[in-house]
Amino acid sequence: MTHLPLLNAQQMAQFVARGFLRLDGVVPEALNGQFLQEMGEIAPPVPGRGLMRTYGEMLAKAGVPEVAAGTPLDQAYEDGSALAKLVQLPVVAGAIRSLVGEDPIFDHHFLHVTFPPAYHEASGGENVSQHTHQDSTIDPRTAFDIQIMYYPHAVTREMGGTRFVPGTHLRRVSEVALGRYQNIRGQQHMVCEPGTLLFIHSGIWHGGGINLSDRTRTMFKIRINPNPRSSRTQVRQFDVSTLVPQNQQRPIFYVKGPLPPSVEQTLMTPEPWFEQDTGRLEFLNRIRLWRYLTDDPTYDADYWLTRVENLAEV
Amino acid sequence: MQRQKILVLYTANSALDSPVIGWSVYDGTGQTRPMAGDQDEPPYRTGVDALKDGWRLIQAAQLLPHARGAEFDLAYLKYEFFFEQLVEVKP
Repeated sequence: MTHLPLLNAQQMAQFVARGFLRLDGVVPEALNGQFLQEMGEIAPPVPGRGLMRTYGEMLAKAGVPEVAAGTPLDQAYEDGSALAKLVQLPVVAGAIRSLVGEDPIFDHHFLHVTFPPAYHEASGGENVSQHTHQDSTIDPRTAFDIQIMYYPHAVTREMGGTRFVPGTHLRRVSEVALGRYQNIRGQQHMVCEPGTLLFIHSGIWHGGGINLSDRTRTMFKIRINPNPRSSRTQVRQFDVSTLVPQNQQRPIFYVKGPLPPSVEQTLMTPEPWFEQDTGRLEFLNRIRLWRYLTDDPTYDADYWLTRVENLAEV
Repeated sequence: MQRQKILVLYTANSALDSPVIGWSVYDGTGQTRPMAGDQDEPPYRTGVDALKDGWRLIQAAQLLPHARGAEFDLAYLKYEFFFEQLVEVKP
């Protein structure tokens, strides 16, 4: 039995449906300050100096350790460091436990800094947003990794922020092959207060926004894997006491008014960008992910899988 | 001298008069610099609205059958329409 504050069924259903969990201002101010201090100063723009050089020097000086991919997360950071304290915060540890289970594995981390116009003018490069992409590569698993995006200082809209498209995480695409898509209905921009965390499913489509402010924007990302050697990996790791037993399916299509909030309601809520036909396939894929996370191979919402699994001809 | 402007619309189904759910603009005149995340509302409600505004449709996504065994796999946006405008620019 863990004493960590685990995610409840409704929060898990939100994550399954939309692929993210946003926790605003949960990192204490002192820890944000310690993190920024450990990252160090970023050199001012110098005419003729390439931005990649500035970035490389910043990474070399920053107080972020090089950590071998595959290290147990609880051994990735030195005790007392800002990053160790970050992953040990109960709200963070509880969310990690709920989403990827016991003894999770460190995959990689990165210090993302987005530079304001003065740096691009000095280097002669173009100030442009990052193409929308899915991280890593084609990932056909039902299991998933999470990425924690940590915003140690306030992010305004002018500073760009991370752009992401809720509900895209179950699409099997190849990294930046989708870079052609500039804007998608329902896209969100991370405008937030200091100490905000965005937990994303590893499949979420996202990209860095253009920084048009007069200061650098810092975001730290940590990718975490479930542990395949753990007895229960990701399955039933959230607060399963909050699951409401499903005695029967809800009425579908012909309903006389809005149905009450429930896991089913969350899983069956479309995103503004859903195509009319494949939006239904998104529902099926969400139900399959819920089956996996709850270890309930018979679960259904609004009859979508029951119908296609009814092999009457057999 | 003419330069091409490209508008790409992604719609909710294969009909050109269905709602726009995604969009991109590429400007060969160099007068604007559209980029990812620059607009949260679509420039047109439907593809037909783009036609009414003078955009010429030059390519539409094909409708393809679903591969057996992969019927539920989802990847890229399905209903993609490319439009162009030819814009006069000074040499």
